Amino acid sequence: MYQYEQWDGFEGRLWKEEINVRDFVKRNYKTYSGDESFLEGPTDATNKLWGVLQKLQKEERAKGGVLDMDTDVVSTITSHAPGYISEEYKDLEQVVGLQTDKPLKRAFMPFGGIKMAEEACTTYGYTPSPELHKIFTEYSRTHNEGVFGAYTPVMRKVRHNKLLTGLPDTYGRGRIVGDYRRIALYGVDFLMKEKAKDFENCGDGIMSDDIIRLREEISMQYKALGQLKKMAESYGYDISEPARTAKEAVQWLYFGYLAAIKTQNGAAMSVGRISTFLDIYIERDLRKGILTEKEAQELIDHLVMKFRMVKFARIPSYNQLFSGDPVWATLEVAGTGVDGRAMVTKTDFRFLHTLENMGPSPEPNLTVLYTSSLPENFKRYAAKVSIETSSVQYENDDVMKPVWGDDYSICCCVSATQTGKEMQFFGARANLAKCLLYALNGARDMRTKEQVGPELRPITTEFLDYEDVIQKFEVMMDWLAGIYVNALNLIHYMHDKYYYEALQMALIDTDVRRTFATGIAGFSHVVDSLSAIKYALVKPIRTPDGMIMDFETTGDFPRYGNDDDRADEIAVWLLKTFREKLRRHRPYRNSEITTSILTITSNVVYGKATGNMPDGRRAGEPLSPGANPSYGAEKNGLLASLNSVAKLPYEWALDGISNTQTINPDALGHNMEERITNLVQVMDGYFDQGAHHLNVNVFGKEKLIDAMEHPEKEEYANFTIRVSGYAVKFIDLTRDQQLDVIARTCHKEL
Amino acid sequence: MEGYVHSVETFGLVDGPGVRYVIFLQGCHLRCRYCHNPETWSCGKGEIYRPEDLLAKAWRYRTYWMKKNAEGMNGGITLSGGEPLLQMEFATEFFRLAKGKEVHTALDTAGEPYSEEKAFQNQFERLMEVTDLFLLDLKEIDPEKHRALTGKDNVNILQMARRLSERGKELWIRHVLVPGLTDDPEGLKRLRDFIGELKTVTRVEVLPYHTLGLFKWEKLGIPYTLKDFKTPSSEEIAAAEELLGIKR
Repeated sequence: MYQYEQWDGFEGRLWKEEINVRDFVKRNYKTYSGDESFLEGPTDATNKLWGVLQKLQKEERAKGGVLDMDTDVVSTITSHAPGYISEEYKDLEQVVGLQTDKPLKRAFMPFGGIKMAEEACTTYGYTPSPELHKIFTEYSRTHNEGVFGAYTPVMRKVRHNKLLTGLPDTYGRGRIVGDYRRIALYGVDFLMKEKAKDFENCGDGIMSDDIIRLREEISMQYKALGQLKKMAESYGYDISEPARTAKEAVQWLYFGYLAAIKTQNGAAMSVGRISTFLDIYIERDLRKGILTEKEAQELIDHLVMKFRMVKFARIPSYNQLFSGDPVWATLEVAGTGVDGRAMVTKTDFRFLHTLENMGPSPEPNLTVLYTSSLPENFKRYAAKVSIETSSVQYENDDVMKPVWGDDYSICCCVSATQTGKEMQFFGARANLAKCLLYALNGARDMRTKEQVGPELRPITTEFLDYEDVIQKFEVMMDWLAGIYVNALNLIHYMHDKYYYEALQMALIDTDVRRTFATGIAGFSHVVDSLSAIKYALVKPIRTPDGMIMDFETTGDFPRYGNDDDRADEIAVWLLKTFREKLRRHRPYRNSEITTSILTITSNVVYGKATGNMPDGRRAGEPLSPGANPSYGAEKNGLLASLNSVAKLPYEWALDGISNTQTINPDALGHNMEERITNLVQVMDGYFDQGAHHLNVNVFGKEKLIDAMEHPEKEEYANFTIRVSGYAVKFIDLTRDQQLDVIARTCHKEL
Repeated sequence: MEGYVHSVETFGLVDGPGVRYVIFLQGCHLRCRYCHNPETWSCGKGEIYRPEDLLAKAWRYRTYWMKKNAEGMNGGITLSGGEPLLQMEFATEFFRLAKGKEVHTALDTAGEPYSEEKAFQNQFERLMEVTDLFLLDLKEIDPEKHRALTGKDNVNILQMARRLSERGKELWIRHVLVPGLTDDPEGLKRLRDFIGELKTVTRVEVLPYHTLGLFKWEKLGIPYTLKDFKTPSSEEIAAAEELLGIKR
């Protein structure tokens, strides 16, 4: 058993024998079931620093979205000299560390692909270094080059025709959450010692592919930990030993996260489940009398300020997919332990309170792990913050806990992963709406007229017959599932090879479990189209050469989103069927295939590439996001819509089922008290049915329209809304996406 | 027994306490100039339901009506319309079944069909027994003004309010505020006096006039006579609330 004086006052034994943060948390946290009255407002230091940062964010916007960029230095853990929010207020920063030497300056990150890194520079008027160009094209390869060198012709075709989109072949895959708490609890030396042991125990001397690769990976992890210490040293901290105080714990942990975002520009760079952990340190310091509540809140405010500053250099096509410059610095609060104790602490309140102290913000992506059994006071406070800021999302702890245990993190927008035990191969999504159209046209694309898939028999009958369509759709899904899994296999092989996440993986057990996350886009349109074919009369309209381009649908048909089993059963069937087809294939590194129904903001881009549908959706219109019912399909109000989504079994979509809803404040109740009570009831009712996720927005359509027309108004500078699985500043969305958000049903009773 | 249902709103949060499953019944005899549901006027149309089937549909939403870790139910079912009193037997049976499951029941009515006749009274008594809350629209206190606004006078409507008060039934009084039409201080003061005589009123609400139902009139081809009227400003709402003695 190890022993450090820094651990004085902490209970438990197992976590001292091995790396086991979960055991430490279990043994040491105390549930807080009181209300929010203990919370403190922002300190002068917080106001000053946040003021500087807001000014910088304004400048950034005025400059077209990027404040400053690096063009000459390749970002590594130790590439940059220390940076501060402001030289003037340097001493006020309770938590230090920036991605580069200056605030909001974006780093040059070529390992995902030199072309993309350079394009990101030129897009914003910067000239990338010719020397680096030479290095990364002539002397060295990148992930992107690796993938495109190995893609098959049909993979390229499927990608080009946007049947598979958003694949992480041009950017970092992200979604790997290092257990940053380990640095605070154990110090880096301990972690290096453990990795050295793993290295010694890796393999029995026979050098097979997998053993060689693992040995190389562990050595890379070990090296990254050494660099992490160096980086901390440059800021004047020695993090080789465990953190002594709450302030150190916050700082140690943040250094880990910082090293991750200096080396990886993943689509999602989650922070993880840190609030209950940090509360243990804060409580100890409060008990000792070396920290006040005001100072505790300041620590959390400053940490969150840092998460609000995370930036990556992106290319326009990426921004279209994931609008609003998100990084998914997802951070969880609440949840319950397997022993039934709520993991709500004062620090969970403190994190939510940052939205009041510093105003709404898309990052960190604050996620409440919800169950109706959480302390009433906490549920009410979260609901209040939701109503005021629309910056919080909710995920059902009751459905996730049986699968992932009680120490999981959200690694992307909504997907769970066991902290420090698992990693994920992110797989974007397959556009099943297009796949259905391919089934009708024998794999010819309506838009490009290309023969993309196998030349199967198209539908030639005058009206669409349900059984016939289903049979052809299944064949098409079979084909697509194979291409999809294999394209991802290739992508992740290359990512491991050229853009390995050494630092994050150093903070995860060497014996890691891997999930392989696939996804579905266009979900509601497929369901409604199949329902139309089944319950109404759908006549395809063909071009002279026999290609179906449009549909004439006569008669009424049930739509997904009305709690009508006839449509909702098709939804359940679709999820189950596609999942089974995917799971037939063999994923890379013996990972486990999971599926999601979430689309981020990419529903707009996917929609552009998708033709007319039998449900009445016109070509080019946005698909409905995630698992949301289609626009205008809901006829019975919000709860009917929620009930439909709640029928999708989470166990079949372990990567997540996102649902975004907007409620008009006036429709939510007569006053704040009523609104809070009602919102809590809605969430209790929804999650008790086994639903997975809910984004809650509370504002009226009028506000959105005004914000779109007058983005310059002060009140909209931080106006944050929840979209599929994350939050964005509304004014940072493209106009198309703004219109899309406005068009979505606003639940307001007439 | 069967009822005619126009539509349902699963997420009603202002038509009664808590989270409400609101059922809009078909048919109404009033012709309010500002009506936002003119498509519910005609009788004998709509989707046909047996009370037990309608309740089974609503029952799917019970998880949203519960207040966890606290005092139990905070929500339930509201029958609205149209005018639910035009299908009183159906409403009574439906609420009787709901009460059997201890669901909170609210009736959103304008009172137009109310009558002191014995046959009506017998049925109304049975309805009161199974209705926890009445949401009563008082559109104008003056009978003539009421007739000009809705096509009928309000003598029986005021009788109904008194009857509910005598019988001890909880009442929410609601008044739709149209600036220049239903906001004259004199009328509002008289309305306040009348409400003051009622013993069971637990809430008085001003419902600001809105034009969100205007497109329905156009769709139905009915001329809309309030085109020149504006929705009330927050100051006008506050002024009316003050006159009605509503404290925020």
